[in-house]
Amino acid sequence: MGNVVELNREEATELLTTMWTIRRFEEAVDDLFARGLLHGTMHLSIGQEASATGAIAALEQGDYITSTHRGHGHCIAKGADVTLMLAELLGKESGYCRGRGGSMHIADLDAGNLGANGIVAGSIPIAAGAALALKQRGSDRVVVCFFGDGAANEGAFHEALNMAAIWKLPVIFICENNHYGMSMAWTKAVAIDRLSRRADAYGFPGMTIDGNDVIAVKEATERAVKRARSGEGPTLIECLTYRHKGHSKSDQNLYRTREEIKEWRDKDPTQRFARVAIDAGLMDAATAEDIAEEAEQRIARAIEEARSGPDPTLVGIEDETYA
Amino acid sequence: MPEARSITYAEAIREALDDAMASDESVFLMGEDIGVYGGAFGVTTGLLQKYGADRVRDTPISEIGIVGIAVGAALVGMRPVAEMQFSDFTANAMDQLCNQAAKLHFMYGGKAQVPMVLRAPTGSGTGAAAQHSQSIESWLANVPGLKIVMPSNAADAKGLLTAAIADPNPVVFLEHKLLYKTKGEVEVGSYSGGLGSAVVTHEGRDVSIVCWSAMVHKALAAAGSLKDQGIDAEVIDVRTLRPLDRSTIVGSVSKTGRLLVVHESPLTGGFGGEIAATVTESDAFDFLEAPVKRVAGLETPIPSNPELEKGVVPQEEDIVKAAVEILAG
Ligand SMILES: Cc1ncc(C[n+]2csc(CCOP(=O)(O)OP(=O)(O)O)c2C)c(N)n1
Ligand SMILES: [Mg+2]
Repeated sequence: MGNVVELNREEATELLTTMWTIRRFEEAVDDLFARGLLHGTMHLSIGQEASATGAIAALEQGDYITSTHRGHGHCIAKGADVTLMLAELLGKESGYCRGRGGSMHIADLDAGNLGANGIVAGSIPIAAGAALALKQRGSDRVVVCFFGDGAANEGAFHEALNMAAIWKLPVIFICENNHYGMSMAWTKAVAIDRLSRRADAYGFPGMTIDGNDVIAVKEATERAVKRARSGEGPTLIECLTYRHKGHSKSDQNLYRTREEIKEWRDKDPTQRFARVAIDAGLMDAATAEDIAEEAEQRIARAIEEARSGPDPTLVGIEDETYA
Repeated sequence: MPEARSITYAEAIREALDDAMASDESVFLMGEDIGVYGGAFGVTTGLLQKYGADRVRDTPISEIGIVGIAVGAALVGMRPVAEMQFSDFTANAMDQLCNQAAKLHFMYGGKAQVPMVLRAPTGSGTGAAAQHSQSIESWLANVPGLKIVMPSNAADAKGLLTAAIADPNPVVFLEHKLLYKTKGEVEVGSYSGGLGSAVVTHEGRDVSIVCWSAMVHKALAAAGSLKDQGIDAEVIDVRTLRPLDRSTIVGSVSKTGRLLVVHESPLTGGFGGEIAATVTESDAFDFLEAPVKRVAGLETPIPSNPELEKGVVPQEEDIVKAAVEILAG
């Protein structure tokens, strides 16, 4: 576990609130989907709350992120309004992207979320580009770029990391290694023992950390952010984690065992952090429970509000293609 | 009248880049060998010395990275002008261009803008063969969200590029390699225009020849030969394939009653089909006195041998022959 002593009560409360909000949000949308109230597909990050929460906790206002198809957690941690997110998932005109984007394409530009992306690794060069713009303008803002273990095998990963390296761009590459790219075990997709070794090839630091330890993620990201802000360039942080749910909505889990899933459920990052915070005296058990309970209620209210939003129409849709 | 002088197409493009960089700090260039080398066709020569390596950024040979970084920089307010060394290599960057740049504005509900330009030398005639000579406009013409510009002359190149850089959307700017050294009268100083409008380059009554890029010059030469045969051809330079100025085309065909579309890329799936359909779906259909004709590239990659290379793309004689056939009914 990362150093819990470094945390104060307020920070601990904030981290746990974000983690429970992500968890309850995703449980709720999973349920909406099961009840036929949500259509399309979605990718849940239940079990991966620590990497989104910890990495974004290391950022300041004005910093950016890019996200992935499994991006609800990133979006929430970056400060999104869950009502607008739910409205987007429900295809409402009142959603973040007016129902045009859906689960895989939420962007919240005002909050610095440059967007989720349905193309695996699609946002890695985009993150490098945003970082280039920041550097060129003399800003000390940074970009956190999330992607999966599968994305690390795309050509876009290679080109973007190399270019970020040669130009020392202020970008932190967070690889959320949840052990699978759809059904492909990451260990079968590469012949190295750690994805973070890839950083060596580009000439910047890489590290593999316990991605289910929110404090460890936060600390590692803070160091990388410091490095990026001071002009020293990128860092690659591989967060070892696991998704409890299937890849998307059609997954039979044929590629992994029940035992393995059980083993990782026992390492649940959200409950684990609650325990650690309680043990460290940063909150009592009742407070921790309240946080989870409040998150659930907040999401329930948000669903009601989101569902009452207006549906979009086709009127003028062709005029929206160009700015 | 503003002062004008004769400069090349390449120089006109350079002037547009120079003017845009001088007047807007957010404009910067990136691409392979665009700095000291000046780009594969010398278009960016001298700009490194003037604006420095941050704004005239040499990149590794990484087309996904070039286009993707342009997208990201544009998303946060820059106006990158990226260069593909040859338009053929756009294939390497297709995701960033067609799934990212083109879609983000719509997909994110109108909040994101991607004001970038992708410049790319295109077309055949240099002997560089199949992988350095094709015309890619039809690949991209079916992608809503992109604008596609193909200037045929120096004056248009400057005005259109200036407009493209100022545009809040991703614009693909395809420069024909054979045009780089062609000269034309170009106004001194910055000016912008032409994006989304076709132009009648040569007026005529008998047949409308609709074309773009290097084919405009072949069509104009053909119009000269046709004149000698008593055929009065009108030549329309489309200039922008997306958005397409349908009304100029329809207006011309309504007048002439005959349509000949000419393009360098292969016939099947080529943009000529779109133009033919535009006319047959329009009121101009009632004025048609002969079937529409297309003169286009053969269904092959571009070969290296100079005679073969010429043979697979439309030449002046092909255009003349097709026009005569249309007039013969
Ligand atoms: C370019 C591309 N290829 C394939 C897909 C289909 N696909 C969507 S997510 C996914 C797995 C991605 O794995 P990873 O990067 O590890 O992210 P995870 O889903 O595990 O979060 C695949 C194959 C896609 N969306 N884009
Ligand atoms: Mg994965």
